[in-house]
Amino acid sequence: MANRLDTKFEELKQTGKKALVTYIVAGDGGYALTEEAILAMEQAGVDIIEIGVPFSDPIAEGTIIQQASQRALQGGTTLKGVFEMVERLRKKTDMPLLLMLYANSIYRTGTDKFFDRCREVGIDGVIVPDLPFEEHDEFKEDSERNGVYNISLVTPTSHGRIAKIAASAKGFLYCVSSTGVTGMRDTFSTNFEEFFGEIKKSARIPCFVGFGIRSGAAAKTMGSYCDGVIVGSAVVSRVGEFGEKAVPEITAFCKELRQGLDG
Amino acid sequence: MEKIGRFGDFGGQYVPETVMNAVSELQEAYERYRNDPQFLAELRELYRNYAFRPSLMYYARKMTEDLGGAKIYIKREDLNHTGSHKINNALGQVLLAKYMGKKRIIAETGAGQHGVATATICAYFDMECEVYMGREDMERQALNVYRMELLGAKVTGVDSGTATLKDAINEAMRDWATNIETTFYCIGSVMGPHPYPIMVRDFQKIIGEEAKAQLMEKEGKLPDCVVACVGGGSNAMGIFYDFIPDKSVRLVGAEAAGRGIDTDQHAATISKGEKGIFHGMKSVFLQNEEGQIAPVFSISAGLDYPGIGPEHAYLHETGRADYVAITDEEAVQAFEYLSKTEGIIPAVESAHAVAAARKIAPTMRPDQILLINLSGRGDKDVQQIARYRGVNIDG
Repeated sequence: MANRLDTKFEELKQTGKKALVTYIVAGDGGYALTEEAILAMEQAGVDIIEIGVPFSDPIAEGTIIQQASQRALQGGTTLKGVFEMVERLRKKTDMPLLLMLYANSIYRTGTDKFFDRCREVGIDGVIVPDLPFEEHDEFKEDSERNGVYNISLVTPTSHGRIAKIAASAKGFLYCVSSTGVTGMRDTFSTNFEEFFGEIKKSARIPCFVGFGIRSGAAAKTMGSYCDGVIVGSAVVSRVGEFGEKAVPEITAFCKELRQGLDG
Repeated sequence: MEKIGRFGDFGGQYVPETVMNAVSELQEAYERYRNDPQFLAELRELYRNYAFRPSLMYYARKMTEDLGGAKIYIKREDLNHTGSHKINNALGQVLLAKYMGKKRIIAETGAGQHGVATATICAYFDMECEVYMGREDMERQALNVYRMELLGAKVTGVDSGTATLKDAINEAMRDWATNIETTFYCIGSVMGPHPYPIMVRDFQKIIGEEAKAQLMEKEGKLPDCVVACVGGGSNAMGIFYDFIPDKSVRLVGAEAAGRGIDTDQHAATISKGEKGIFHGMKSVFLQNEEGQIAPVFSISAGLDYPGIGPEHAYLHETGRADYVAITDEEAVQAFEYLSKTEGIIPAVESAHAVAAARKIAPTMRPDQILLINLSGRGDKDVQQIARYRGVNIDG
């Protein structure tokens, strides 16, 4: 079966639309809330969803996702539970679903067992924030065997490494907007013309930009440089703020992002 | 692709992409300077006239007589400037940062000894210094917090997670990712992504090199057993490294068993941990079956870490070194024992090594030598030990 990400990219190409990718921490507020939010985001025009598997020590995350991870873990979220949640979601949606999780969650589960389970429940890709290009071999064999993309990241500090990362990346290329950790930003100091100029020279797959995008206007500006945007903390903060009443808030926010991108 | 920075399967560079370039830059800089005559000459000069190396090799006569086994020697890293072995590594890294043109140094600290050492060198070199420290450790080691501030460093408390050493490292890594172009991260132990485990070990291996030469001069032979405490494992790697090829020398690491390894309140990584990937390295970690890092516990803030340096994981896997677990109570008894027997107050971290030596020495013959690495002095711990014993000295 074709990877759902590729099907989605084909569809976006046909419609000429930019991709909207969002992130949510699994189990923050309970699995039911996460499931409801994911389906609502799809209805609001989100193309791809990254499901964050909470980790005890998320070193790449800012305060918002750190706290959400903490809440989710305290609420009893487990990787096993996340897989079961995806199984339930797969009965209701065919959109591309990715897991964003730290290397130890995969390694400790057993790399082969983990990626087998991804294929089984219908996960299309993984994003591992503490697995740089140099260590990609760690999960290569098992992810490829199961047709799961291991998404590569490039950052403004990747410098001379951008070409080799972009050239070998699978699925889409995750372009990090700025240095630092995840979180909402008011301004960016990165020279995007230069950054994406460098990326586009080598990338043969769609390039999405993430980290710091907090509004429809920001989505529009950032989206103009590449093929889509990734929004995380701004979604997660709404779960934190509104709890079980978060879904309408998230829906409205995703519609704003969609309009920003399409407008 | 050839794997770099590996000890068997352990080690590697598991860091976010944002810091990967800085890790590569550091790797290149370290490769360039590790054998550079000028760099090494400057480092030797600092070791000698600033840290006051070589540290003394002390024959512990009363302890030897009392335990009735091996002849006991103590490598006195507690007599270094700033009171522990941490100065060796801080000197090396901050000097390297200076060669690399970095102006801002960040560090994490548990007991505060690495923070104090780093703050000290930054004062000496006129560098900006920020030290991340778990809030709980700041309370346990209030004296060292004040020392760092006195030295001109900014101490930033970390409230996330367990508010101890691992969380301080998380926060230092986040700072590094944010201020990557200007900042040098001075890691305090033989851990983290390559080249840190090798680099920190290289800056600490002088302990073992001196110890070997000193024992050859005093006794004309190698020790039979070398004991050191292990958290991340820098003082242990420092004294072990030169003895690794000497197969007759037994190497023993003493890790923190806290309230006992059969409770959930310990930091005994080798005894109870599993292989994993965390803090930039593949090594052994205390974790649950889904890979969540476990909260750890030890009376010693310096050993209160859920992992261990990758080279130790390798020495353990290959059987070259043994690791034993020492409880809080055993460590406190050893703290009191060394104070009363030899008139030396050890750091509570180092007291774990003394406790292991008290068990091992009686099983050895009088013609054998047991060498203890006394990694630090205990002034910083007196208040906490008094509290542990229920003595009120707060006045």
